[in-house]
Order: sequence, then C-alpha cells, then structure tokens
Amino acid sequence: MTIARFWRDNATRYNLVATRCGNCGKVTFPPRHVCPVCHRRSIGKMQRFHLSGEGEVYSFSVVHEAPSAFEMQKPYIVAMIRMSEGVMLTAQLIDCEPSEVTIGMKVRAKLRKIGEEGPGGVIHYGYKFAPA
Amino acid sequence: MREVAIVGIGMTKFGELWDMSFREMGIQAGLMAMQDAKISAEEIDALYVGNMSAGRYIEQEHVAALMADYSGLARDHIPAIRIEAAGASGGLALRQAYLAIASGMHDAVVVGGAEKMTDVGDAISNKIQSSASDQQWESVFGATSPSLHAMIARRHMHEYGTTREQLAEVAVKNHRHGALNPFAQFQKEIDIKTVLRAGMVAEPLGMFDCAPNSDGAAALVLCSMERAKKYTDSPVRILASAQASDTLALHSRADICTFEATRYAAQRAYRQAGISPKDVQVAEVHDNFTISEILAIEDLGFFEKGQGGRATADGQTSIGGKVAVNTSGGLKARGDPIGATGIAQLVEIVQQLRGEAGKRQVSGASCALAHNVGGTGSTAVVHILGVK
Repeated sequence: MTIARFWRDNATRYNLVATRCGNCGKVTFPPRHVCPVCHRRSIGKMQRFHLSGEGEVYSFSVVHEAPSAFEMQKPYIVAMIRMSEGVMLTAQLIDCEPSEVTIGMKVRAKLRKIGEEGPGGVIHYGYKFAPA
Repeated sequence: MREVAIVGIGMTKFGELWDMSFREMGIQAGLMAMQDAKISAEEIDALYVGNMSAGRYIEQEHVAALMADYSGLARDHIPAIRIEAAGASGGLALRQAYLAIASGMHDAVVVGGAEKMTDVGDAISNKIQSSASDQQWESVFGATSPSLHAMIARRHMHEYGTTREQLAEVAVKNHRHGALNPFAQFQKEIDIKTVLRAGMVAEPLGMFDCAPNSDGAAALVLCSMERAKKYTDSPVRILASAQASDTLALHSRADICTFEATRYAAQRAYRQAGISPKDVQVAEVHDNFTISEILAIEDLGFFEKGQGGRATADGQTSIGGKVAVNTSGGLKARGDPIGATGIAQLVEIVQQLRGEAGKRQVSGASCALAHNVGGTGSTAVVHILGVK
C-alpha cells in the first residue's frame, strides 16, 4: 500500500474517528460522507467524533495461513469487535493467548504497528485490541 | 422481456492445469459449448467473460478481447465484455448475458468464466483473494477470506449451536458427490475424521473446510427461447435471474450469520419464477467454505435459520435427500477457479435438467437453482432454471 493511501486514513486508524449522522444519530465506522439510513438528508450533517476505544469481542479467528505481509506474525488472532458506541470493526487481538479469547470478552484499543513497506520502508501504525 | 434458454455447455476439468494457459482453458470451454449447441461462430452476437483477477494472477488485463481473439471471433468484431464481482463474476456474467437476450438486444451469446490461480503461490493467492474484502478496513489488519468466514462460523456455532462436526459434514458430502464428477478437481471421498484432523487455515476452519485454489474455465451458449428450437429439443429455460448487494466489509452488518444479499436475490428470483424454495430439487450453492454452504441453504429458504448444519448431517442435502445440494461436488470438491465457478454451476445444472448427469443424476430433476457469491456475501446472484 502506498504512503498516501495509508496516510489518508491515519486519523481514523490512530484515533478511531467515526461519524454520527446529524439526522438519525446512526454511528458509522470508518467515517462516511453519507448515512446509509438517511441518504441525502444526511449530507453535510455527518459529524466526526472519537470512539471511546472500548468494546467486546463479537467473533474471532486464529489465522494460520496468511498473506506474505503477515507471514512473520502467524498465528495471530483477528476479531470483530462491537464498540461501546454500537459500531463494529475488524482488528487484531494482542496481549492474550488464543485459548483465552471468548465471545463477549471486554477489550480496549491500543496503538500498535500494523505493517511496513518492506524492510526499509515506511512503518504503518493503527489500532489493535487487548483484553480490558 | 423474452424467454432465454441455455443450449450449449462446456468446461475444462478443474484442478492444477499446469499445461494449460488462461486463454487455452477459456477457448477449450467456449468451443465445447458452441459444439454442444451446434451453433456457428457467425451466429454469435456477443461474448461475456466472468473473471476476477487475471491482472494479478497472470498479469493480463483486457481478457474479454483476448478470449474473442483466440476463439477466432475477433474477425467478426463482436462485442466482448468482462464482468468482475469477485467470486460472483461468473454468475454475474451469466446475468448480463441473460439481460442482453431477454431485452432483445442480442439473439445468441456465449458466456464464459475463467481463472488461472496456480501460476502463483499460496501466499500471493491469499493476498489476491483478500482484495475482495474491504482492503482498507479488513485486509490491512490481517483479516483473510478464510478468517472472515471463520468468524461467521464461530458466531453461527455460538448463536445456533452448529457444531464443528456439522461443518465437516458439508465437506464430506461434497467430496462424496465430487467423486462422481469426472470434471472435479478432487474425485475422492473423505471421511469426517480427515476433515477434523486437517491443519488449521483460520480457526475453527481447517484445510478441508476451504475450497482449493484451482485453474479452470466453463462456458454456456444462451439464446432466445424461440431460437433455441433450432439447436435442440431440450433447451433449459432460465426462469429467473436476480442479483443483490450488501456492505463490502463483514463488520458493517448487524448480523453476520445471514447473507442478506442471498436472501434478497433469492426472494426476487422465486417471485420471478413463480416458485417457492420447496420446488427446488437441485441446487448448486456457493460453498467456498463449509460454513458458506450452511448459510446458503438457510438463506435460500431450504431450511430454517440455524438448522443448516443439522440438515446437512441428516443427509437432507445429499443426492436423494430433500434437496440435492452441490451434486457437482461444489466449490469444495469440483474446485473454485473464481471467475469460472458461477458458470460451472450452470454446467452442472444443465446436465441435471437434461438428465445427463450420470451417477450424480437426481431422478426427475425439472427445477434447479444456482447461487453464486462474491466477497463475504457482498454480491449474490441467483438463477432458477427449469425444463418443460
């Protein structure tokens, strides 16, 4: 992924920026320009705000066969996390063993290294989640 | 809208076809379909090609013109169109071809699907397949296609009590069917222990819960029902064609245990065909993972939500059961060359409806359904077919 392509999303990856529709209140993550419920009525009313970083595990998997960029990390845990604001996202779980993870487990966001552009390239940061 | 019929079918064997190139596979399937229909090149009005990622698998884009060229149709300058919808590319190519004939724009077309996946290694193939998910909000964090489906499986087990063994039964059943299909990648039965003992890909899904990387191509000849009588006494009629979409990212759904795109496409298709799920005798459904087939048979209305695993274990989806699902062996055993899969489903269904499926034949089959999915349920295409 090119530097610009990652950089555009840094605010959201570093700080969990979401949007709330000024018309119906629906929360969306990552930020959207149009509310999927209100459509045109939401234009210009999508407000950005920071998620609290707290959530719980909705489902998870332990990845054993991975794309080459994640080869050194495997096995690693990916999870879908339902944030306390109601929105869901996909992220890695860290600081725990696969055997410790359960559906419903409380987790909290951490800023961590996500990947890099080869050995001499830019390092990408973003959210991972650890048991709360 | 005009009625549309399938009058020709063709496909390569699916598998690791190291001695064949992408274009050779496509041409072989296409020519077989034209030969089956006994239609001449001059009668073909257009070519539709389903393909997901030739650009990344073999570094060749512009594959519709390529296929027209090597099948000898370039001289006739017919339109050649490529359709991409990840795993649903083939099904969607069929739908576009169907629309062209139903509308009256074309009278006879060839629709094919092809993918060459084994020219690259597993890690690269894994990355290419992950690009059908949300690249910036799923794949970038290490979520792969198997792991997204694994999360569906775990949630389905959590909510409905589906068991690991019931998932495995999908693979066992599809290998049992695939063993009867000479075009299948795996023509070998497996037992439940083999599935449960296999190495993990993404927990709780193991190697035998996942469709393989495959090479292959499949093709159909479509024409108006009126014209079909010129070529065959047994045209297979397309009773309905429907498509629906959903969010690209799995995490944007309220419930990951249901593919709403499948439900919507199925409802529209049943309405168009004037039938209900219980009328379907044969179904080719998108079993890229064992959990996918369980979702499919629930979302298509064959079984109650949450009962798909039990129904499979009880044999209700086997040949001879309530509805014969994936008589070809499905993606799991027949193989899953992504862009070709949706067309290969139709090749199987046409054989079943013509009564030419040999040992896999579902006796008296007259109504069948094909279900093709792209991404993690982001695109679903449903076709219903019949004879008489």
